[in-house]
Amino acid sequence: MFETTPIIVGLDIGTSKICAVVGEISDSGSLNIVGVGQSKSRGVRKGEVVDASIVGEDIRHAIGEAEQMADTEIRSVYLGVTGGHIRGFNNRGFHPVASQDREITEDDVQDVIKNARAINLPTENKVLHIIRQHFLVDGQDGIVNPVGMLGTRVEVDIHVVHGNFNRLQTPIHAVKGLQLEIEDVVFSGLASSLALLNNHQKEMGSIVIDMGAGTTEYAVYSNGIIKHTGIIAVGGDHLSNDLAYGLKVPLGRAEQLKIEHGSALVEPEIRGHTLTLTNDHGIAEKTINLEHLRRIMSLRLDEIFQLIANELDQADLLNDVREGVFLTGGCARIPNIQKLANQVFHLPVSIGKTNSISGLKSALDQPEFAAAIGLVRFGSFETRKRLQEKPGFQSTLTQTIKQIFRRS
Amino acid sequence: MQEPTPQNDHSAPLQPLTVKIIGVGGAGSNAVAGMLRSDLGVLSALILHTNSRILTLETNAQKLVLGSRRTHGMGTGGDPEIGRAAAEDQEEMLRQFCKDADLIFIVAGLGGGTGSGSAPVVARFAKDAGALTLAVVTLPFDFEGNRRAQQSQVGLLKLKSSADAVICLPNQKLFRLLDENTPVNDTFNFSNDLMTQGVRGIWQMLNRTGLINVDFAHLRSVVQDRHTESMFASVEARGEGRVREVVERLVASPLLDEGRVLEEASDVLVSLIGGSDLTLADVNKIMDQLNRRVCEGQLILGTAIDPALHGTIRLTIIASRPTPGISHNQPANHSRSSTMEMGKSDFEAPFFDEPTVLLSQSRFKGPPPETTPENTEFLFQQQNARGGHARKKSGVKMKQELLNLEIISKGRFEKSEPTIHHGEDIDVPTYIRRGIVLN
Repeated sequence: MFETTPIIVGLDIGTSKICAVVGEISDSGSLNIVGVGQSKSRGVRKGEVVDASIVGEDIRHAIGEAEQMADTEIRSVYLGVTGGHIRGFNNRGFHPVASQDREITEDDVQDVIKNARAINLPTENKVLHIIRQHFLVDGQDGIVNPVGMLGTRVEVDIHVVHGNFNRLQTPIHAVKGLQLEIEDVVFSGLASSLALLNNHQKEMGSIVIDMGAGTTEYAVYSNGIIKHTGIIAVGGDHLSNDLAYGLKVPLGRAEQLKIEHGSALVEPEIRGHTLTLTNDHGIAEKTINLEHLRRIMSLRLDEIFQLIANELDQADLLNDVREGVFLTGGCARIPNIQKLANQVFHLPVSIGKTNSISGLKSALDQPEFAAAIGLVRFGSFETRKRLQEKPGFQSTLTQTIKQIFRRS
Repeated sequence: MQEPTPQNDHSAPLQPLTVKIIGVGGAGSNAVAGMLRSDLGVLSALILHTNSRILTLETNAQKLVLGSRRTHGMGTGGDPEIGRAAAEDQEEMLRQFCKDADLIFIVAGLGGGTGSGSAPVVARFAKDAGALTLAVVTLPFDFEGNRRAQQSQVGLLKLKSSADAVICLPNQKLFRLLDENTPVNDTFNFSNDLMTQGVRGIWQMLNRTGLINVDFAHLRSVVQDRHTESMFASVEARGEGRVREVVERLVASPLLDEGRVLEEASDVLVSLIGGSDLTLADVNKIMDQLNRRVCEGQLILGTAIDPALHGTIRLTIIASRPTPGISHNQPANHSRSSTMEMGKSDFEAPFFDEPTVLLSQSRFKGPPPETTPENTEFLFQQQNARGGHARKKSGVKMKQELLNLEIISKGRFEKSEPTIHHGEDIDVPTYIRRGIVLN
């Protein structure tokens, strides 16, 4: 906040790669991506750190690359977290309006939010996000701001994302070990959705599925608000593992086959096609049936989509989604994945594009960067909020103190 | 304490449950004697043995030497037939003891003559007397030999058909709970202790008033006439992360086959006892985790508070799976619906004296049968067709049938925490779980 052009860095520690994206808020207030850095991730399984020292090295590498590209020094980051332990659920708080004239005041709103936030979580769990959805006044739904309305009871719906405290601390610890400060910790499924969706898409109802190597995160928006978030600890690594097992090839080779010959659908015309694998000297080693390869992939991907669809169906959300499904993350590159998702969800499916952010074209187009770009976007909201509060000595002071405590 | 008859006026004075416990054979007698020494409260207990040595056992329980006319108090020599006949000789006295009981526990170690032979007979008397009959039995160690293993299986089967439910503790599994250097004596003591815990778990569940009560009617509706074989596990965890730990320990328990029993169970009775610091959120968390493990079964929860257990959670689980051979013949629903207006007459459920097929019920799986290549092809095709039909959409639960035949490597996920979703380990390749065969 003491800098003239604030630098915002999003750091996404993924299962296959770690990426850092540097954004800059221009004088006009728009967000501009000025640098990206990435590194192969070696110490992460299913989105969670399993070897902190290697992860530290990889982070340093990614950050270094981003620093070089953006020609700046990175001191603090917005950190994306993921892992099978993270859960999202909706909660409702309620507050009776006490005043004589039944007019809802700012205090009532604060009270009702406080009530909604009083969630009984297990002690080892920590709340990551509390996102306000909308208010209800005397049962009337969909109110954005109830202040000034008349009513006897006001309610608020919030979406809570929480996870296991210790497991959330591990990546934080790894980042802090590199003398980097953490501005905030963000659930990466949420970050991806911020990067991909514009207001119209949020309003019409959209599902964002970020299918990475280790985990698949999803977020559902409708009527402009977050309705649901979730995570399944299954991703592209599982595809490779399935292939390695099913085709009896080493994991590295399976990974390569997935990238070169993979597809989410089994087309009838590939029936009987085979691939000949050669060893280092170019001598044929093994023949693989292409149909098997694709069937294994197709079944796994189909299952992941089914799991998400079932969950959303149970929460009765699929009917609210009109805009469609947006895929991102490394697995969004798999050919025909849109068609497969369309068969499962019966909704228009497209590969998500990062909108309303300008900057490096190379970074914006890649699905792998969605979460990191989303983190920058999240950071830009926070920074703008802070910049707006700047006038007034007192608020600056409290902000500073707040920051000191948050960072400690 | 809860009343077994719901139609009674609530304001009427509560009639205490009459719970009786019968220890049969050497192991059973020792276990019952142990139970009486512990904090089980006042139970009316009886121990039976064909060997007059039990008379020297120091306990408050009534003692009865079975078949003294036949064996002269020398034991059965491991012949269940003698055990059965000995128990039938004493029919009058046993029926007398079982009278007016609401719930009878039968505790025995199967494998020997008295346990395997007499326990089913005693169970039958208990059932005839109108009591809900739960048998808690141990199965012999592998080293005790083939004959005992076979006798225990036959005994178990007979017991299952006569008692309402059998809680079964295979001793062999205890090996993994115990240190290698444990003396033999301690091992058997430990096994007896486990039986005590099983009885105590149920007893406490019925007896303690708690956050969520499981009453006698509830227990009855789950077990009566189901003739199930149940597994039992009891774990305790204390300290900070106890909520998570207790479930982890439970699932890791060898008695539950690393949680596999939970997946197959049709009914799971959960008794959760904690100190006064037990919160509903804790209960919720534990149940949430258990729910995820249990595929199809219904979970029945009882929670109670024991001030002495401050900072500790004790989780006792009884998971029953139906025995196909028996429960098919048994109109389980009939008795279930009648539990609401439970009169004594409702107990006249058909009783099976001699199950016809004995060997097919063996718990030991033989090697897979030899097949010709054509036959294999045919079987695979069948499996394929099945897998194709039962797609997720239809809501049909996929079973991992293939898993038992061959060990599926989880590759790079071997060491990470498994991703369990509705009881399915989704780290295992999808095509295998859906039974789709390549080639």
